[in-house]
Amino acid sequence: MIRLEKRAQPSQFWTFATPFLAVIMTMIVGGIMFAALGSDPFEAIRTIFWDPLFSEQFAAYSRPQLLVKAGPLILIAIGLSLGFKAGIWNIGAEGQYIIGAICGAGMGLAFYPSESFVIFPLMILAGALGGWAWAMIPAVLKVRFGTNEILVSLMLVYVAENLLASVSSGLLKNPDGMGFPGSRNLQQYPAAANLEIFQSTGMHWGVLSAFIAVIFAYALLSRHMFGFQIRLAGEAPRAARFAGVRPSRIVFLCLGIAGALAGMAGMFEVAGPAGQITIDFNSGYGFTAIIVAFLGRLHPIGILFAGLLMALTYIGGELASLMLGIPSAAIQLFQGMLLFFLLATDVFINFRIRFSKREVV
Amino acid sequence: MDLSSINPVLLIASLMVSATPILLAALGELVVEKSGVLNLGVEGMMITGAICGFAIGVNTGSPVLGFMFSALCGALLSLAFGILTQYLLSNQVATGLGLTLVGLGLSSLIGKPYEGIKSPTLQKMELPLLSDIPIFGKMFFSHDPMVYFSVALVAAVWAVLKFSRAGLILRAVGESHDAAHALGYKVVRIRMLAILFGGACAGLAGAYISLVRVPQWTEGMTAGAGWIALAIVVFASWKPWRILIGAYLFGGVTVLQLNLQAAGAKVPIEVLSMSPYLITITVLVIISARGNHGAPAALGKIFHASR
Repeated sequence: MIRLEKRAQPSQFWTFATPFLAVIMTMIVGGIMFAALGSDPFEAIRTIFWDPLFSEQFAAYSRPQLLVKAGPLILIAIGLSLGFKAGIWNIGAEGQYIIGAICGAGMGLAFYPSESFVIFPLMILAGALGGWAWAMIPAVLKVRFGTNEILVSLMLVYVAENLLASVSSGLLKNPDGMGFPGSRNLQQYPAAANLEIFQSTGMHWGVLSAFIAVIFAYALLSRHMFGFQIRLAGEAPRAARFAGVRPSRIVFLCLGIAGALAGMAGMFEVAGPAGQITIDFNSGYGFTAIIVAFLGRLHPIGILFAGLLMALTYIGGELASLMLGIPSAAIQLFQGMLLFFLLATDVFINFRIRFSKREVV
Repeated sequence: MDLSSINPVLLIASLMVSATPILLAALGELVVEKSGVLNLGVEGMMITGAICGFAIGVNTGSPVLGFMFSALCGALLSLAFGILTQYLLSNQVATGLGLTLVGLGLSSLIGKPYEGIKSPTLQKMELPLLSDIPIFGKMFFSHDPMVYFSVALVAAVWAVLKFSRAGLILRAVGESHDAAHALGYKVVRIRMLAILFGGACAGLAGAYISLVRVPQWTEGMTAGAGWIALAIVVFASWKPWRILIGAYLFGGVTVLQLNLQAAGAKVPIEVLSMSPYLITITVLVIISARGNHGAPAALGKIFHASR
């Protein structure tokens, strides 16, 4: 008879070990899945996790891509992790990301073809404000009416997608685009382009912002009163209220920061790797970032590594679909499984497994 | 805009069709939440049910088999959720989200070869006598069997929850798992059964979209219907008949906006397409402004029988 016994303290060891265990389990089950799809599981796993970094043939292209993909994931996940810690479930980061991109690109395009140096900073500001405003909708509704933020933030993703479709064929449409939907390409507009800081490293301004966000969040959570209040509100809401933590303030700040960061991520993406606003500009970073946040244990440093790992599965997945014909949906499933296994193995953090004979009462 | 092109009889009839998937999914989720479990994976189970039902429907030529298989697939996915949340005590919100992500990935993986195929669909079942009533016959009694099944299921869930011993135990578990445990009820087992029922309903709901409403497979075709079902459970204050009202109201909005698009309303298409989601938010706000009456007290709480 297997029995779970609650630990007096959460296990330090398992807190670090479960992400690794989850990755290994995902590789095993994923390998079985790849085998079922008719490709060699070992080759598939190697193509996803090894080749993008170390293969002579592909590494030159895919190493910079690692930062390009990890940047937005880390940026969004850092914001989400604050809310998740406090028990505020903002799962609409995808919508905040889209609105940030629309606002950022809109700001840049409004100045076209001016070449002033203030345009790019203004775009960052617009992107962050757009995402912030979009996240304020569930925040205000939650504080004012007690509306469930999970459902509202998610509904707003679909609203944002429709807005995206609207502006890409209307307001922000390229006047020189010969009728095709989609905005001007911001990469061909130097004052507004999110260029690489160092040539061919993939290190653009968004990645730099992600690193700054990691440091900022680390300091906030471990050194600042507000970080303590976030953790308190999540772990012991009653105690937090007695200690004078205002729940509404936590909601506003957590959702606001998450929205602003997601909006910035969207803006950096549209001005950099994506280049333009199109109907299908968003690619699900807002949802994958949820996995990143959990895989990183809601800890800034953990999120940094989790973001890089998840970026690796994106690139490796593309490579695997190119080289081995593994469908890209398989990678999406692979990422979902990772979250599942992580949540399953998390039981070891708070519980000890005891094997005992069934006792006769 | 030509409003006269919208036929009210057809409008009501197609309203019932478009509301059925949400009704089924919301009803399943109602039972799950009544037992004190919050399963946010409805969207994932729906879309998996949609492709599983579609694949079986296309391969066997029998939509009925497709529906049965979709219920099985939905229940299987929810079994994973149940094992994680009930036995491995994981966070229900996170696990539900994970289930949705897994379901979306799984469905698009299975669905690749099925894109662009038409499936066999359910025949209309005209209820004898009733369907001959002028106007109302066409509106309410000339549908496929799943529409009647979903309404019957509402009645069944209502009756079981309200009048039967099993329903009482289920509600007790959802209100206070500790008290139910102390009385000797197997909290985890009861919750697992509720979760499986919810999964099967979500699977059926998905299959209804891919086999009857559309009837075709496109990636991500549920388009948030699972999330709307979750919102409707809140809207209904956890009462079965109000689920019916909520789902039909929502179905009405969806059909009306599609009809307005077709009639060439002077409103941008994007505004019309986002209207169901905006209305869901508005409704959620109105309901929550009155206070969350009726939410099971143990909803989303983790149960561990420690000694």
